[in-house]
Amino acid sequence: MVDVTPQSDGTVPPAEVPDVELYHPRSWWTTYVFSQDAKVIAIQYSGTAIAIGLVALVLSWLMRLQLGFPGTFDFITPEAYYQFITMHGMIMVIYLLTALFLGGFGNYLIPLMVGARDMVFPYVNMLSYWIYLVAVLVLVVSFFAPGGPTGAGWTLYPPQAILGGTPGGQSWGIILMLVSLILFIIGFTMGGLNYVVTVLQGRARGMTLMRMPLTIWGIFTATVMALLAFPALFVACVMMLFDRVLGTSFFMPALVEMGEQLSYGGGSPILFQHLFWFFGHPEVYIVALPAFGIVSDLISTHARKNIFGYRMMVWAIVIIGALSFVVWAHHMYVSGMHPWFGFFFATTTLIIAVPTAIKVYNWVLTLWRGDIHLTLPMLFALAFIVTFVNGGLTGLFLGNVVVDVPLSDTMFVVAHFHMVMGVAPIMVIFGAIYHWYPKITGKMLNEAMGQFHFWITFLGAYAIFFPMHYVGLVGVPRRYPEIGEPAFMTAPVDNLNAFITIAALVVGFAQMVFLFNLFWSLRFGRDAGGNPWRATTLEWQTPTTPPPHGNWGDKLPVVYRWAYDYSVPGAPEDFIAQNDPRPQHSAAHPDPSAARPA
Amino acid sequence: MAIVLALVLVVVGSIVFHMLSPWWWTPIASNWSYIDHTLVITFWITGVVFAAVVLFMAYCVYRFRHKEGAKAAYEPESKRLETWLTVVTAVGVAAMLAPGLYVWGQFVTVPKDATEVEVVAQQWQWNYRLPGEDGRLGKTDNRLVSFENPLGIDPDDPAGQDDVVLEAADLHLPIGKPVKMMLRSIDVLHDFYVPEFRAKMDMVPGMVTYFWFTPTKTGTFEVLCAELCGVGHGFMRGYVMIDTEENYPSWLEEQPTFAELSAPRQVGSAETVEPEGAGAQ
Repeated sequence: MVDVTPQSDGTVPPAEVPDVELYHPRSWWTTYVFSQDAKVIAIQYSGTAIAIGLVALVLSWLMRLQLGFPGTFDFITPEAYYQFITMHGMIMVIYLLTALFLGGFGNYLIPLMVGARDMVFPYVNMLSYWIYLVAVLVLVVSFFAPGGPTGAGWTLYPPQAILGGTPGGQSWGIILMLVSLILFIIGFTMGGLNYVVTVLQGRARGMTLMRMPLTIWGIFTATVMALLAFPALFVACVMMLFDRVLGTSFFMPALVEMGEQLSYGGGSPILFQHLFWFFGHPEVYIVALPAFGIVSDLISTHARKNIFGYRMMVWAIVIIGALSFVVWAHHMYVSGMHPWFGFFFATTTLIIAVPTAIKVYNWVLTLWRGDIHLTLPMLFALAFIVTFVNGGLTGLFLGNVVVDVPLSDTMFVVAHFHMVMGVAPIMVIFGAIYHWYPKITGKMLNEAMGQFHFWITFLGAYAIFFPMHYVGLVGVPRRYPEIGEPAFMTAPVDNLNAFITIAALVVGFAQMVFLFNLFWSLRFGRDAGGNPWRATTLEWQTPTTPPPHGNWGDKLPVVYRWAYDYSVPGAPEDFIAQNDPRPQHSAAHPDPSAARPA
Repeated sequence: MAIVLALVLVVVGSIVFHMLSPWWWTPIASNWSYIDHTLVITFWITGVVFAAVVLFMAYCVYRFRHKEGAKAAYEPESKRLETWLTVVTAVGVAAMLAPGLYVWGQFVTVPKDATEVEVVAQQWQWNYRLPGEDGRLGKTDNRLVSFENPLGIDPDDPAGQDDVVLEAADLHLPIGKPVKMMLRSIDVLHDFYVPEFRAKMDMVPGMVTYFWFTPTKTGTFEVLCAELCGVGHGFMRGYVMIDTEENYPSWLEEQPTFAELSAPRQVGSAETVEPEGAGAQ
């Protein structure tokens, strides 16, 4: 892409590529249902993800009720408990977080923020959503299938995942789970190729890579990673499906189930774990990188200050993305793989802490000498930093192989990953929704309901997951429906568990206020105008709000500067939009992206 | 402003909770106190970083919150500061990684004089096997597992005849002697986990995994399964007793060997397994 700089008379040479004709919908059905508009697809993706996420939220209440008050609820049998935790985990990680960040935010923000009219392959983009919807429906069907959904744990480790001792193992549960995952990956691949090609080929004139907002860098890198990581899960699912349905032995050694010799033989359960975590670890960053990107833009916009160390932030995203492919076996320190792998994977895992820490420093340093507006997006961004730093630091315990040995498979792990890839990214999702809702709907979300939602969610989530680390330190293993009071405990954990459960119920109910706000504000919200946050990036500069199909009206935007010209000395306002053709206002602080040819 | 208070409260609350928490790891009963030390070092380093980052953030929000007419500084990057922070972080990470890898080196190096003890897991109970007088464990194969031969010991391997078999019973070990726990499963994944020993390892059907430790305290310790193994996972528990050197032999004497257990049924079981066993030799 050619770097576009204004000529001496302040004009920019016209685009050489003619506008591509878009497919224009002609009926209600093709406008709102089978739409090829990335923005509509984004809302469809988000709505579906949030809907299935609510199911996972209810499942988490049920499992917390069991842990907080064991023996009180008769319907929560061990079978049901394992089904709850399995479906909760799988839904939250794959069908909510991945779908919402990439299918939701990716679809909405990529074309708008890079200055494109739509995704480059709108029809494939539409298919992506519909296949995702089918994947979700197959998952939902498993709740009603004979034997119920699978209870194999979200990691689906064989051999137990496909045997009779696990709920759904010898009935429909595991089959539907695997089919649903396979469909999800097919659908995601269609969307993912679109996001990558759109970022590489569809940017507006002047939008060099090093002028892109970090949101786009995060989503772009995460999508590239997902395209490389999901195939590992895909083949693992296909192989396990064959083991279960056709009697192959990819993951099944010779074994005896309940006194009966099974006809399997020669397969390797650890092979599955390698495939699963080769996908599973990048998956953490597939969720985290879009969150990193989005939160950078939230902080910068609402602190009225450029993101500190933009280039370092971009490189940190890319380096984290690359390194995350060589750390997967830190999930397997006690799996029985060759113990010498521990040296390698502990080293790579702790190295990844360095670029991650740099990102944290740069977020905090962006606040330094800023003009911090404590809006809801900013509050959620601050909550993200707290929970992410907390969860990231406990990762240093679990990544350091020998410290992991006593802690692995305990509640410490559960607390850690919920803090770092549950709570922290969800804080960003909330911040992002409060930030972009005005663009999507033209209305502001209600502030009072938002404040209530923020305080309960932030403090409540911290109260759930911080003490949970100590349940793990005591030695309580994860995936136990009931621990009792074994002698090794320095103190009983029942009161602590009850406290966590109550906090979880409260936080869950606060989300209902948020959902209500989404609908209430649609009708009664204050009019937002086109750019209520006075932000620089292109999506806020559309001629109309909400942006129509094609986004930009007659003329595509042309980009003259990076995404972070906030509080530029000498400028009349505290932001300069990316498509503002006025020359740079301060020669002393040149735009770091303009100084170098792209 | 409430957010500044909340951020400070989160830091102070976390530290106070940590200090006052009665929930702490159980006193150690093995040689792996190095693991505990590394854990404590990690707690200190990460605790300081957490407090520093969040408190600094709280200060920023307090000091630079929006005031009428205020304007943010324009400061795209600072090479020096970024390099400096990168170096400090790398040093902190190395300070945790180095002792970690050193102790891992010990963890994976089994002493030569360690006694081999086998744990055999199945849904949902613990079985054990101790070498007999020959000091060796006989060969096994999951294909040989049957009602009479629950651990799948190869009846044609002479080394296996004197092995002590403990089916769904508790394990006893002598104090002060390093043991190499040889871990097997006959059905699904399990994980042999005794919180007081600190060490744990998955048990994988089709392979033998291991870890080693030296018991340092006598007493009764609960064994839990730490890898999801089906609906009985949460109830798959057992006990390990660490005996004094005087008590241990008297317990061992009372335990049955494989030969004793299979003697009355030898004929029946030999007929069914002989073709496979003979082919393997």
